[in-house]
Amino acid sequence: MQPLEPLTILIAEDSAADRLLLASILRRQGHQVLTAANGAEAVDAFREQQPHLVLMDAMMPVMDGFEAARQIKALAGETLVPIIFLTSLSESEALARCLEVGGDDFLAKPYNQVILAAKIKAMDRLRRLQDTVLQQRDQIARHHDYLLNEQRVAKAVFDKVAHAGCLNAAPNIRYLQSPYALFNGDLLLAAFTPAGDMHVMLGDFTGHGLPAAVGAMPLAEVFYGMTAKGYGLAETLREMNAKLKRILPVDMFCCATMLCLSFQRRSVEVWNGGMPDGYLHRIASGERTPLPARHLPLGVLSPESFNERTEVFPMARGDRVFLLSDGVIDTCDANEQLFGVQRLQQVFAANRQPDALFEEIEQALRDFGGEARDDVSMVEISLLEPEQITPPTLVYSDSGQSCPLDWSVSFEFRAATLKRFNPLPYLLQLLLEVHGLRAQSGALYSVLAELYSNALEHGVLGLDSSLKRNASGFARYYQERNARLGGLQEGYVRVHLQVAPTDDGGCLTIQVEDSGEGFDVERVMERPLDAIRLSGRGISLIRQLGRNARWTDNGRSARVEFIWEALA
Amino acid sequence: MDDDTHVDRNVLSALREVMEEGYPELLDIFLADSEERLKALRAADSAALLVETAHSFKGSSSNMGALRLTELCRQLEQQAASLPCAAVLELVGKIDREFAGIRPLYEAERQRCPAKI
Repeated sequence: MQPLEPLTILIAEDSAADRLLLASILRRQGHQVLTAANGAEAVDAFREQQPHLVLMDAMMPVMDGFEAARQIKALAGETLVPIIFLTSLSESEALARCLEVGGDDFLAKPYNQVILAAKIKAMDRLRRLQDTVLQQRDQIARHHDYLLNEQRVAKAVFDKVAHAGCLNAAPNIRYLQSPYALFNGDLLLAAFTPAGDMHVMLGDFTGHGLPAAVGAMPLAEVFYGMTAKGYGLAETLREMNAKLKRILPVDMFCCATMLCLSFQRRSVEVWNGGMPDGYLHRIASGERTPLPARHLPLGVLSPESFNERTEVFPMARGDRVFLLSDGVIDTCDANEQLFGVQRLQQVFAANRQPDALFEEIEQALRDFGGEARDDVSMVEISLLEPEQITPPTLVYSDSGQSCPLDWSVSFEFRAATLKRFNPLPYLLQLLLEVHGLRAQSGALYSVLAELYSNALEHGVLGLDSSLKRNASGFARYYQERNARLGGLQEGYVRVHLQVAPTDDGGCLTIQVEDSGEGFDVERVMERPLDAIRLSGRGISLIRQLGRNARWTDNGRSARVEFIWEALA
Repeated sequence: MDDDTHVDRNVLSALREVMEEGYPELLDIFLADSEERLKALRAADSAALLVETAHSFKGSSSNMGALRLTELCRQLEQQAASLPCAAVLELVGKIDREFAGIRPLYEAERQRCPAKI
């Protein structure tokens, strides 16, 4: 019978007649035959000729079959060279020894040609299987190195994009993230707005590896770009959702929690799409309010269906917002038990020092015995006094030589526009064309924002700011705001901007009017400044940051000035 | 001697078929090696040597179809260490006589093959 493939077979047998017989049998079966009369000859022949398979007599002079087998297996290394012992050893101990030294099978005497052929065929199958395994292993190793290199490059590009933010610079942010978090889809971004507020986003893309990381770059660009221009949470989220919906495949999306922390207004605005609950920790009461997901992740809904509604909570100095990715909750131990939300709550309950929270959670994860993961991300943002925060100065690309010095413009934003358009970023960009105003961009934005929101919320929508006196009233205020804005049919906000040169430099006059009922200006001005109170800070802010702030027409028209000295 | 119980004819014809032109050489080697082994058995001064030689002899006899010789060698291999001297010598004698008895058969096989040397 012809074998599938002729092999080179080494016969190690000291009995000359048996050796000759076996060689003839094998040649008849189509194989190439090498012979050796003792163990030492066998090892030499193996070293020189590299046969595919060895038939080894157990008892031989000079070096016996057991020692020869050991040496040949060592020489073969990773490659499988099957060794079939030729033996009429009857004791099971002796037979066991054959296998111990690396023998793969044995053949009894007298030689049976049929059995011998079958065993050779079976051993050859194993030999070829091992060969395939090694080849594939090497191929996998090569691919793995290639992928690692791709990731290195991607990470380098991403780090350039990501470091546009203030994650490492701001004193009120603490975070924990693996350097490889990006390749598990975990994304952490933070940036200051022109008004000095802080936008923070913790995101979690679906998938792993490069597909999970690649969506992070366009998202980060939108986040940083829009935040720097002064766009609010809602507009930025809408853009991020639209972008991801457009560019990501259908089954990919990004869970995200986004915050706007305002040190001046002492509030945090929250949007959570698909992430685990965040927690707002109030230091005074020790209470931790959960911030659950109320929306679908980014990149799922079309722009028309997207819901950018946010929730606003008051914060006191020292309060913190804590966000975490699902890597914490999903950490598994050896029995596939999840760490879970309850254990997290236990850590919260036991926590006495707020600053130690991260370490306590990490310790709890270690005690749980869970497998370490790359997607355990945590971030904690505290509310500090505005003076403690120094936003970085904006960098401008032009020299300011050709800037407009003497001009005015008026806008009237009516109901349909008030519902869906935020004019502040545009107005700010316009004003920053005036070189002299750039140094005051933070104050300028804060004042514009206050004037506009007062005109819209108290003027046009008729909301009473005293509602914001306590935490529950706060929530109701913003619900009411959204409801009234949604149903708005009539009303307007007018913005007049005038820039004129002065002897020393220039002066900007801002005037904002609304179609509302107005308010008792004198009474509001008389009220003492209450540092703790949540409402009523807007007017004093405008008076502090601008010059000659004045309210006329029963409070419906507000006016304030900014001046600057001409630069040398 | 009743040939069939001492030498299995089917084995011989199988050998002839496998070896083809090499059959005479195989027979020669077997006979020569067997003489050497018998000498070694007669001269053996240790049980280990007896066991080793008997083992080897057993192997090649089985390949050549010498059934009774194989059996006798197996007995010697197993018992050489435990039997008293006299019994060992007796067993060696039996082996000697058995081989002497079957030797002509192999020589006849040798003659039967055409002289393609």
